[in-house]
Amino acid sequence: MNIPEHLFYTDSHEWISLDGEIATVGITDFAQSELGDIIFLEFPEINMNIEYGEPFGTIEAIKTVADLNAPVSGKILEVNTTLEDSPEKVNEDPYGEGWLVKIKCSKLEEIKKLLSKDDYEKIIA
Amino acid sequence: MSDHLIFHKSHPGKIGYSLPSLDVPEVSPSDVVGSEFLRKKELHLPEVTEPEVVRHYTNLSTKNHHVDKDVYPLGSCTMKYNPKVNDAMANLTGFSLVHPNQLMKTVQGALAVISGLEEQLKAITGMSRFTLQPSAGSQGELVGILIMHKYHELQGNQKKTILIPDTAHGTNPASVTMAGYEAVQVRSNKKGRVDIEDLKNKLTDNVAGMMLTQPNTLGLFENDILEITRMVHEAGGLMYMDGANLNAILGLVRPMDMGFDIVHINLHKTFSTPHGGGGPGSGPIGVVENLVKFLPIPLIDEKDGQYYINDDLPNSIGRVHTYFGNFGILVRAYTYILLLGIEGIRTISRQAILNANYLKARVKNAYDLFQDDHCMHEFVLTAVKQKKAGVKALDIGKRLLDYGFHAPTVYFPINVPEAMMVEPTESESVESLDRFADALIKIDDEAKNNPDLLKNAPYSTPVRRLDEVTANRSLTLRWTPDLEG
Repeated sequence: MNIPEHLFYTDSHEWISLDGEIATVGITDFAQSELGDIIFLEFPEINMNIEYGEPFGTIEAIKTVADLNAPVSGKILEVNTTLEDSPEKVNEDPYGEGWLVKIKCSKLEEIKKLLSKDDYEKIIA
Repeated sequence: MSDHLIFHKSHPGKIGYSLPSLDVPEVSPSDVVGSEFLRKKELHLPEVTEPEVVRHYTNLSTKNHHVDKDVYPLGSCTMKYNPKVNDAMANLTGFSLVHPNQLMKTVQGALAVISGLEEQLKAITGMSRFTLQPSAGSQGELVGILIMHKYHELQGNQKKTILIPDTAHGTNPASVTMAGYEAVQVRSNKKGRVDIEDLKNKLTDNVAGMMLTQPNTLGLFENDILEITRMVHEAGGLMYMDGANLNAILGLVRPMDMGFDIVHINLHKTFSTPHGGGGPGSGPIGVVENLVKFLPIPLIDEKDGQYYINDDLPNSIGRVHTYFGNFGILVRAYTYILLLGIEGIRTISRQAILNANYLKARVKNAYDLFQDDHCMHEFVLTAVKQKKAGVKALDIGKRLLDYGFHAPTVYFPINVPEAMMVEPTESESVESLDRFADALIKIDDEAKNNPDLLKNAPYSTPVRRLDEVTANRSLTLRWTPDLEG
């Protein structure tokens, strides 16, 4: 299972990469393999404020629908609109082209609550 | 066997019928219904002969798995055998050749069936009155939540949310959302029942009610039901029972006695009417006395030995179906109930519970149980053990098709990993249950010794694995000539 070293993780299987106060968020390789073929994503509006741990969107696969949970609080800056036509990118490249949203973090200290690669690896073992 | 669509068998000018010449004055449709209601494009009905039609649909029907073929253990769907006598009754001309616009005095027998079925459903559930109009469980849910909404509106209550356990059918939150409420999830506890502490925390003034499936989708009876309904009532909410699993409690406990205010019944599950593509479905809604005034119109009432249509419900939520619902289905359900009688009705649930517990005991060494507890009419296996060998619940389900069985419901309830939800129903004999258990055990052996066999199953079906991604993403549900390019 691919779990990149440089990312942070949540126990609900989101990953987050930080560039200053801008966070890019996606779901992990483990999450995409558990969900199976992804067919539809529902994103929040741009500029919407989201709260740490609260659902901010949904991800629909053949077998189930799952919530996307906010790994940090902040404001939605951008959503990956290319996934509307090709949601399979989340399955094919979850840490790259399959990224979901960019968030401007409002509480950077929340990063401390997130998991490292090693911690996340234990969760999915 | 040909896989062509019936449209592909069409040839311009080929005629498969003969009608007598017209002996009444010809009427132009636009004079009768108004031209705005007439179609603009040509209809494109296939032009085929009678044998072509019969062969086409006969061949299609043999490709499907159905309950007349073998065991159909699709959890939460109650795919029981549909006795043929139901169809014989529904085909009586007094039922099949009447029209709802006839004078009511000429269709008293049909109205007596509607009224009689309502009486039976009242006796089974304890509810005060029923509407038989909704044509599916999901429509029944929406009607039930609209009744809840109207109740709170008249009380002047400003309530915004409805509680739903995490084991609920997906239609529950959908109905709640469509009725304008927000669904709030309540967690299950370690025993697979509603977590009372979590319910307490979520039960605010804002809660309009709770939807609960009893027994729940794990096949477990909600033991704390009296406390749950008391808590919700004290908070000013109403209790809605999703009746999908009613087959487990017929004649044993009544929804009203458990504190439910609204219940839907799936006639196509519990009362042996056709199900799925062979429907149509029927999802009557029953309510307690103080909600009767909100039921959809019309109701069928009786006065001086005559049945009549009662439209006089000023607080009704309105109409939810044309006329009286799917009438032919009502005849079938009524036939089933009358033939069984109260002892027979009770035996259904006892036998369904016995069958599920027997089957569970037969397969529990091969598959892990989500809850190793006495189950009601169904139980949930989890293929976590098999998954370690690379075989998923989906692969096991597909492999069952090769053994001539339908698959269980897979990946539901969503709080169970690799879920396989098995509901044998009371229809199966012990021999049928054994054949099905043997197949499941053999598939577990295959998962250990030859996992690739399962990953590529099924082998014996008319088509192999379907492209579910394209089917879900490209929703082309109707053939049109343009599709042929």
